[in-house]
Amino acid sequence: MKDNKVIVSSSPHIRDPITTAQIMRLVFIALLPAAIWGIYSFGLQVFLIIITSIVTSILSEFLYQVITKQKITIKDGSAALTGLLLALTVSPQTPLWMIAIGASCAIIIAKQLFGGLGSNFVNPALFGRAVIFLSWTAILNKWPKPQYNFFKYFTSTTPYITTATPLDLFRSGNLQISTSLYKDLFFGNIGGSIGETSKLLLLLGIVFLFLIRKDIIDLKIPFTIILTVAVTSIILKQDPLFHILSGGLIIGAFYMATDYVTSPVTNLGKIIYGIGIGALTVIIRNFGVYPEGVSFAILSMNVVTPFLDQLKPRIFGTGVKK
Amino acid sequence: MKVLTFKKGGVHPKENKITKDKKIEFFFDVNDIIVPLHQHTGAPNQPLVNVNDKVLMGEKIGDCDAKVSSPVHSPISGEVVSIENVILPTGKFSLCIKIKNDKEYKLHESVVKRENIDSLDKTELLNIIRESGIVGMGGAAFPTHIKLTPPPNKKVEYLIINGAECEPFLTCDYRLMVEESENIVKGVEILMKILEPKKVIFGIEENKKDAADELYKIIKNKNLSNIIDIVILKTKYPQGSEKHLIKAIIGKEVPSGGLPFDVGCIVQNVGTTLAIKEAVCDGMPLIERVLTISGSGVKESKNVKVKIGTLSRDIVDYCGGIEGDLRKIIFGGPMMGFSSYTLDVPITKGTSGLLLFTDKEVKEYEELPCIRCGRCANSCPMYLMPMFIDMYSRIEDFDKAKDFGALDCIECGACGYVCPSKRYLVQSIRYAKNELIKRKK
Repeated sequence: MKDNKVIVSSSPHIRDPITTAQIMRLVFIALLPAAIWGIYSFGLQVFLIIITSIVTSILSEFLYQVITKQKITIKDGSAALTGLLLALTVSPQTPLWMIAIGASCAIIIAKQLFGGLGSNFVNPALFGRAVIFLSWTAILNKWPKPQYNFFKYFTSTTPYITTATPLDLFRSGNLQISTSLYKDLFFGNIGGSIGETSKLLLLLGIVFLFLIRKDIIDLKIPFTIILTVAVTSIILKQDPLFHILSGGLIIGAFYMATDYVTSPVTNLGKIIYGIGIGALTVIIRNFGVYPEGVSFAILSMNVVTPFLDQLKPRIFGTGVKK
Repeated sequence: MKVLTFKKGGVHPKENKITKDKKIEFFFDVNDIIVPLHQHTGAPNQPLVNVNDKVLMGEKIGDCDAKVSSPVHSPISGEVVSIENVILPTGKFSLCIKIKNDKEYKLHESVVKRENIDSLDKTELLNIIRESGIVGMGGAAFPTHIKLTPPPNKKVEYLIINGAECEPFLTCDYRLMVEESENIVKGVEILMKILEPKKVIFGIEENKKDAADELYKIIKNKNLSNIIDIVILKTKYPQGSEKHLIKAIIGKEVPSGGLPFDVGCIVQNVGTTLAIKEAVCDGMPLIERVLTISGSGVKESKNVKVKIGTLSRDIVDYCGGIEGDLRKIIFGGPMMGFSSYTLDVPITKGTSGLLLFTDKEVKEYEELPCIRCGRCANSCPMYLMPMFIDMYSRIEDFDKAKDFGALDCIECGACGYVCPSKRYLVQSIRYAKNELIKRKK
């Protein structure tokens, strides 16, 4: 018997096979249909934005860890996922150098400086988006029309044909609610950030995750957000379905707000967090400087998360009547 | 039939009850037996014999005056070869009496069948249980006579017989319920006499319904169905944890830091119940037990009845030896058992399984940082937040660990099982617990 090969460790001796790296990979795959839809609607530039964002994210993490002599962790897949998420939240006409700045800020400032995976307190992708969006608002707050022509924008010397997004129309008071608007919002025939337009494909990604495992995404957060958005918009006498389907609400609620690291761990915390995001979103959309507020709403609630984690659940056998 | 369970927390690992249909085999033919003097929770025993002494089967060879203690007996007849420190399944050392088997299995004079057990009163029964060295056979090995003596102000309403056997791989309790159902019910009758409960309830997991059927037949034949109930529980880990069994069956939570009798319950494992019957009716002290040998690292998986103190290596040889590249030796179940570096370990009263794992079951993972996914908190049957206890334990902030309920952890391992970052949560929580307990002293 080869006694020397026997492992001695603490219980439990069996482990659920799912790993953190696998979860990252699965969420990455779930986002691909929406990403492909972005490329299909807006063309080659979007493809290059996505590649640049992912490559810069991975490279930033790698170089930071080489320089600071830390263990290289790019294999856990979190940097690649941050890169993809960032790309999906920016305008299709974002210059490549700009997305590279966003991705490196996301990884280095929001994630690595705070201690890397698990220690960041704001969502890195949303932080990267905020950095470039606030730095170059004039360029990035313009939304091209979907052309469904791969080379059109890239080869032509004419600038992007920009369009008012439904949320822009809503802000200027020119929005006409109709069945065809709902259809366009749901299937993604609208201007907007690269990955946010097709709600159908984003939700398909969630269905895919659920078919693989039920515990990858906790639906408490997205459902609370959507419910709160509906309630808040009804209070403001606005169309709840429009608010739910427009802008980045679906991608934000399902893919960004559910980021494990920056969302609360307890059920009560998750519900308060979801209510906060939902309410802030509608408030920003109505009264803020920008027509869209999902990303800022999530970033704001990320900061509240450590406090929400103080809401400890009752421990078994305490506080019960004897 | 309604299937009961505790609601919040718990996991369902692959059951792997490979040995479910294997009848209990007897394996007594060994050359040496090593009887640990300290195999129960409580004070260690002093040896009552010397090297070169002849001992008989059932003879008391170790005892102690402390209240919480339980004597040990010679499982065979033979000669005491040595008294020395040997490592136990738990990884701790204990003074052990090594006996050379003369293979005659001559009984000691103290082992006498009792014809009329009805005449025995409560005190006499408890004394027999103590003198027979009976301890909880589910794993914790707490002296049974202490457990059966609740403080006088506490009334025992429910006696719960634990047949949940929620650990994957293990099937020894299941086999006992199927093969020894009549004797188990006899054990229950003795317990009823000691405790006078209003109700006796068997808790059995859904994947062992046929065991429930066997027991029900006996209970019906004996006209005991008005007092003894059988409850089917959902197959879920840790359903067999005392606190969660009570929660599932009577819906009450044992208070934090309290014991089952605080909610009017006493829980006994089926194996222990059978040992009580054997001690009281047959006069036989606890010198044998059934355990499950399983895992891909052993040629033939079996349920085997062995003498307490049998070397694990002998049992593995009896099961055809090691197969493949052995990676892990586990005493007990895979969720709460102890891993060992060697097979030269004697079986104790609390050893319910011996699992030999190869690469098929053992995967080595790199421990990643916590990503705060919350799976551990969702799986914790004690409603704790293991990720925070783990964090505070690692930075040695034990006060914070205590605030987060470190001392309420039952070390079931559900959190460590589900963690996608493969963190050693139980290990670090246990570290915090030990430090906190040390501080109390």
